[in-house]
Amino acid sequence: MIQFTAIYVLWLREMIKYVRAKSRIVGAVAMPIFMLVFLGLGFRQVEVPGIPGEIGYIQYLVPGILGMTILFSSAYTGMGVIMDRQYGFLKEVLVTPASRVSIVIGMMAGGATISLIQATMMMVLSVLIGFRLPSLPQIAIAIVIMLLISVIFINIGLTLSSVLKDFHGFNMIINFIVFPLFLLSGALFPVANLPGVIRVFSYIDPLTYGVDALRGIMIGYSEFSLAMDIAILAALGAVTVFMSGYFFQKGEAL
Amino acid sequence: MNAIVVNELTKKFGDLIAVDNVSFSVKEGELFGLLGPNGAGKTTIINMLTTLLVPTSGSALIAGFDIRNDPDNVRSNIGIIFQDPSLDIGLTGRENLEFHAMMYNIGAEERRTRIAEVLSVVHLENKADTLVEYYSGGMKRRLEIARGLIHYPRVLFLDEPTLGLDAQTRRSIWDYIRNLNREYKTTVILTTHYMEEADYLCERIAIIDNGKIIALDTPQRLKDEYKSDSVSLTIEGPSDPLLSGLKGKEWVREIAADNGNVLLKVINGEDNIPHLFQIAHATGVVISSVSLHKPSLEDVFIHLTGASIREEDGSKRAGMREKHRRRMMR
Ligand SMILES: Nc1ncnc2c1ncn2[C@@H]1O[C@H](COP(=O)(O)OP(=O)(O)OP(=O)(O)O)[C@@H](O)[C@H]1O
Ligand SMILES: [Mg+2]
Repeated sequence: MIQFTAIYVLWLREMIKYVRAKSRIVGAVAMPIFMLVFLGLGFRQVEVPGIPGEIGYIQYLVPGILGMTILFSSAYTGMGVIMDRQYGFLKEVLVTPASRVSIVIGMMAGGATISLIQATMMMVLSVLIGFRLPSLPQIAIAIVIMLLISVIFINIGLTLSSVLKDFHGFNMIINFIVFPLFLLSGALFPVANLPGVIRVFSYIDPLTYGVDALRGIMIGYSEFSLAMDIAILAALGAVTVFMSGYFFQKGEAL
Repeated sequence: MNAIVVNELTKKFGDLIAVDNVSFSVKEGELFGLLGPNGAGKTTIINMLTTLLVPTSGSALIAGFDIRNDPDNVRSNIGIIFQDPSLDIGLTGRENLEFHAMMYNIGAEERRTRIAEVLSVVHLENKADTLVEYYSGGMKRRLEIARGLIHYPRVLFLDEPTLGLDAQTRRSIWDYIRNLNREYKTTVILTTHYMEEADYLCERIAIIDNGKIIALDTPQRLKDEYKSDSVSLTIEGPSDPLLSGLKGKEWVREIAADNGNVLLKVINGEDNIPHLFQIAHATGVVISSVSLHKPSLEDVFIHLTGASIREEDGSKRAGMREKHRRRMMR
């Protein structure tokens, strides 16, 4: 059922297009860089309630910005699938003998690779504004966590792209889903600072656990235990993979 | 054995019946044409047969596999050239071809030969390494055709393959398709707006209107059956004696007279013109000139559907349907 050539082709296509689209690289990291630089430097001296004083805002912020980078990059992948549908390329892929599962995996592999490249770029940049990197094994675990986050959001994106086939709808999603997911996740400040009603939404936001796990491993401070974060992320990863596979299989191609 | 068996296939979009209970079969190695005005349902039929759309009811077998229950096997036996664009414009022409061939598990060596081969059929050798974004419309179309031909499928679907291409390119594509058909026994099912194309390529043609098949036969028999030859005569003096002399002759289908001009629809015009002269002679009518017009497939088409097949003067009905479709797509 799983055809490696098909996965490789879809992954390679994503890579080739990524390398060619300079504007996409710049566009996708510009926002996180602004956030990082302005918030990081601007609030450097500020005591944010809920963040232990000895940690410092930059240390606290960087894992959040990494989570954001992955969220935005994954949303881009979903948008890419909608565009492929609109420009007709998706039907070309769908009439080949490649199984639907392989197609989903191929798209996921491409999107996840790009997310990780962008996040790594952000990590390097964050050092320039004073972020203290953890040890190499910790970075390795952080990358696995980022991979999980990216799998979750790419699959949510793929699911939406099979359900909503219209591009304008997807722009709405960026504004009404991606931004709220980001703001609710505690990427910028502790979720505990939010009023109770809103906090409920934070706890159903997958990114909350992603950012928390990244903090746990990178700066040794987290709201939940690292094991719990990772368990939730892994479970969500599995569920979303099946969800997007299901919708992809079931939906008509046109 | 039949390469395609279509059984009471129906597709509804809301309350619009785009394909209405269509049945036909295509023999292995046959070149089969679907002809019909805009909005007749040709593309919808092809989308169902290539597993991109799920039929509302009915079934079909492609190379022996059911399109509903066994779509994976159907897909590994088919190739399609879409009517609408389906290229990745962010890749070069060669990359589009390369990736397509890889999806069909064609080895690196073979890939190189076949890509070179199809590029030369569509005359795109010089543009192969340019991004498709910078291709002209016709060049994109040619690349799509090249891509559909690469993997030598058992059943090849061509949805208006040569629409908008220049005559020379069209000819070379037709010849390549014929050759594929002859050499690899590829079954070809094509829709077209070009009568010459249907006439040149297809062994049998189904004429579709409003989602239904209204005629299905060889191009020659369609022409024989549905439209007789037109003979127009110019005569001197009154035409009545000739007209009454022609009445009741079984080879005369229609008679129209206007002063000195007589227009006849006649079966086998070239054989019957001598009879015509005999009758004229016997009734004392002098024919001063005669001309014979053989029917084209287009005449048959207009006769059957009441619409011209070219887009620019398609029927009003088709236009309404197109509007409906645009509304649905929003
Ligand atoms: N996705 C869709 N949603 C709603 N209606 C559709 C859809 N696709 C096609 N139709 C309608 O189905 C009918 C048949 O369309 P189809 O594209 O099969 O025609 P066609 O014979 O290929 O025409 P053309 O010669 O213009 O390509 C049309 O009335 C069209 O409006
Ligand atoms: Mg069509």
